[in-house]
Amino acid sequence: MAQHIVIIGNGVAGITAARFVRKLSTNRITVVSSETDHFYARTALMYIYMGHMRYRETKPYEDHFWAHNKIDLVRGYATQIDTQNKIVRIADGVDIAYDALLLATGSKSNQFGWPGQDLPGVQGLYGMQDLALMERNTRGISRGVVVGGGLIGIEMAEMLHARHIPVTFLVREKSYMDYLLPEEESALINDEIVAHGIDLRLGTELKSIIGQDRASAVETNLGGRIDCQFVGLTAGVHPNIDIARASGINTNKGILVNEFFETNVQDVYAAGDCAEFNADDIGSRRVEQLWYTGRAHGKTVAYTLCGHRTPYRRGVFFNSAKFFTIEYQTYGEVPAQPGPHIRSQLFRQGRTLLRVNSDRKTGRVLGFNTMGLRIRQDQCEAWIRGGTPVEQVLKSLAKVRFDSEFQSRKIYHQAAVSSN
Amino acid sequence: MEYHASLQLTTPGSRYSARQKAGLALIGVGVLALLVMLVGNGALNPALTMGVGISGFLLGSGLLFADLLQQPPGVNNNGVWFSGATARGMAGWIMGIVFTGFYIILYWAPSNLEQLVRGTDALSIALRGRPADQWFLYGLFYTLAILIMGARMLIKYRDNRYQILRTISVMFFQLGLAFIIPSLLLLLNEPEFYFSYFWPLKYDYLWPSTFSSLTQGPGLGIFLLFWTAVMTFVATPVLTYFYGKRWYCSWVCGCGGLAETAGDPFRHLSDKSTKAWKVERWMVHSVLVFVVVTTLTLWINSWTGGGILGGLSQEFSRLYGFFIGLIFAGVIGVGFYPIMGSRVWCRFGCPMAAILGLLQKYLSRFRITTNGGQCISCGNCSTYCEMGIDVRWYAQRGQNIVRASCVGCGMCATVCPRGVLRLENGSMKARYNGPVLIHHNDVSVQLDEAWQRERPLMPSVQEDLPILTDKDLGSPPVL
Repeated sequence: MAQHIVIIGNGVAGITAARFVRKLSTNRITVVSSETDHFYARTALMYIYMGHMRYRETKPYEDHFWAHNKIDLVRGYATQIDTQNKIVRIADGVDIAYDALLLATGSKSNQFGWPGQDLPGVQGLYGMQDLALMERNTRGISRGVVVGGGLIGIEMAEMLHARHIPVTFLVREKSYMDYLLPEEESALINDEIVAHGIDLRLGTELKSIIGQDRASAVETNLGGRIDCQFVGLTAGVHPNIDIARASGINTNKGILVNEFFETNVQDVYAAGDCAEFNADDIGSRRVEQLWYTGRAHGKTVAYTLCGHRTPYRRGVFFNSAKFFTIEYQTYGEVPAQPGPHIRSQLFRQGRTLLRVNSDRKTGRVLGFNTMGLRIRQDQCEAWIRGGTPVEQVLKSLAKVRFDSEFQSRKIYHQAAVSSN
Repeated sequence: MEYHASLQLTTPGSRYSARQKAGLALIGVGVLALLVMLVGNGALNPALTMGVGISGFLLGSGLLFADLLQQPPGVNNNGVWFSGATARGMAGWIMGIVFTGFYIILYWAPSNLEQLVRGTDALSIALRGRPADQWFLYGLFYTLAILIMGARMLIKYRDNRYQILRTISVMFFQLGLAFIIPSLLLLLNEPEFYFSYFWPLKYDYLWPSTFSSLTQGPGLGIFLLFWTAVMTFVATPVLTYFYGKRWYCSWVCGCGGLAETAGDPFRHLSDKSTKAWKVERWMVHSVLVFVVVTTLTLWINSWTGGGILGGLSQEFSRLYGFFIGLIFAGVIGVGFYPIMGSRVWCRFGCPMAAILGLLQKYLSRFRITTNGGQCISCGNCSTYCEMGIDVRWYAQRGQNIVRASCVGCGMCATVCPRGVLRLENGSMKARYNGPVLIHHNDVSVQLDEAWQRERPLMPSVQEDLPILTDKDLGSPPVL
């Protein structure tokens, strides 16, 4: 019998779940969102502000897609779940009854109780409303300060820079993202940030934000004062668990789920940024907040929602980013500080970098980092899964590069030569 | 929710450097010189005024582009949707009207361009041994546009060798094969022949009238016929098999050359909807049928000595020349750049593109491959596809892009922030790969067969979103 599956949140996790439920069943599907009428790519928020795209270009599916595939969209804010009667309450809206409910409510920007963090002109960047606010907050200003050396931080710095707004970028770490990136990769990004004219302050923390009726300066832990009219707080995100907490669903940092994305309440599931795995059997990362993991969560939970209980299994880790003009791809095991069991081989050529990690004892390949290069994911995965000897990998890299045609192959030749 | 903020405003905080201001001023002088020639009484020396006009454009653009060199290399489409010129704002509409109007005057009232034409006499006599006409003026402007805006491309994409080589290629073919060589042929009393254009884009190259004039005349005529036949029937399918239609559309063709250089600032204005795709397929293949029927009737008429289809074939060729050759390819093709993007003609009208597209789709090794699951659905690829292909639709499913209309400009791969797209000429075997997303295995699709069989699936849905099976996945290629 067809069920009514209600999904709260139209981000990549919720929408991927909806799409796969539709592929797998004739169940009735309703997606509730307070953010936008239609699914858009959150990853493209920066490009809207920079003028590369408009909101409509960031929508991966045309508006008629949803009706055509019988996925109902409701614009509204879900406040609470009556788990007894299986009803979702919508603020200023009609309650929605469900047979199965998926919470895919995403994240919220972190704030760490900084003095002045609630002043006008101070904000994070996560959703469309934040972008609209940033548009207003940055109009006609003479300097913005971005606090927090993560991906959103560097994106915000690039956004302001694209609008010709001088930027000071406060990064707590000694080097940009050195908690994830090995030293050389991190140094390359530092240079890239400075090359774009950003006032990069490494090893610097925000102490307080000063201002009367809006932010007018920040003070740092080093005693410096920076005049500005805008402060971007980008020190990470945390799961948005408001609705779960208000409805008696178990939470910790995130909404607690098992490997089937089941919460402690019958027929209520959570996936994407907002979920937290309640056991370590899924691996060490209990909260996953990547685009790719949101997509994988959504796809997996769809099978369970359609009556085919399917556990979440991680594959070989992968991720990518673009830091100003430098593209970054990573596959497998590439820690910032390689342990003693890892042999890390680094190749450099101009502004490009290639790192190949292998097991010091067995010589099997473990992971890859690239900067300014593109390499094939399927091939890297196959090598890592198969435990291919690193010499063989280094010799073959040129054949499986994913760079544009005619791009330089020097760095791959360098890698191949080193394996002899 | 539509995002309204700051649309159509100049980029907040943008400022022009002294060098940029000087460049703009020189371009202003260039425009003024051409304007004086257009509406003035001819009192000024035409060659000198034309020289000032062209120099203004060349030097002014040079100064503007020099400023681009100051920025770090890498994709920079900042403010494209904020500028009125590139986002169908006021400047965009004015440009659209001016370009369109210029073509109308050029085709149907060229006497108004008299002073401009006289301004190019000196060059025309030097190159071709005869005074200029409006077509020489047009060819000169066209070539200059490709060269000037080509220089801009070379700077803008200076860290991407594919874009650099491709741009040098279209600049070379326009300047050499579509401007200098045809002029020199005239100087040597040979037919004015364009070696870089073939039937059916240059539709009359396979018409009986061209055959008779080439075979009867002395000199190179027979060679030119041979060239046309070989390029049309042998080189086109062979090159398209190995490289896709890009060998022509974005490396050689003059229409493509203008679109890739002068049209680059407008490439994002193409319509990406499935509706537009439908219209495109109907239109471009209708034009192909039109030109084939026209060519056939002309030949039948010629073989039968005008006995059959005499009036009809003439009528066909007249209509084709007027509606397709002049209005579609010329007026709309370039005039509508700032409104509908740079490839309106190539996408909706060009019969050469239609043939190349059919070859590309069914008889070619070319495809755009995607890199596993790295797509973030941001939409840069689709936005900057001048042919209106929704590249993201494929990329986010991990599916190879095999589309008739793709001209292989490579811009989707260039603007992709995650290294997901690559133009390839691999073997035909794995060309259509179906939607494959990495980590599909991890989501474990060991569904029991009975469940799969009984799965109640709505037909319309199945069509749109094919179910992935292990068979689709195959195994990752290992060296």
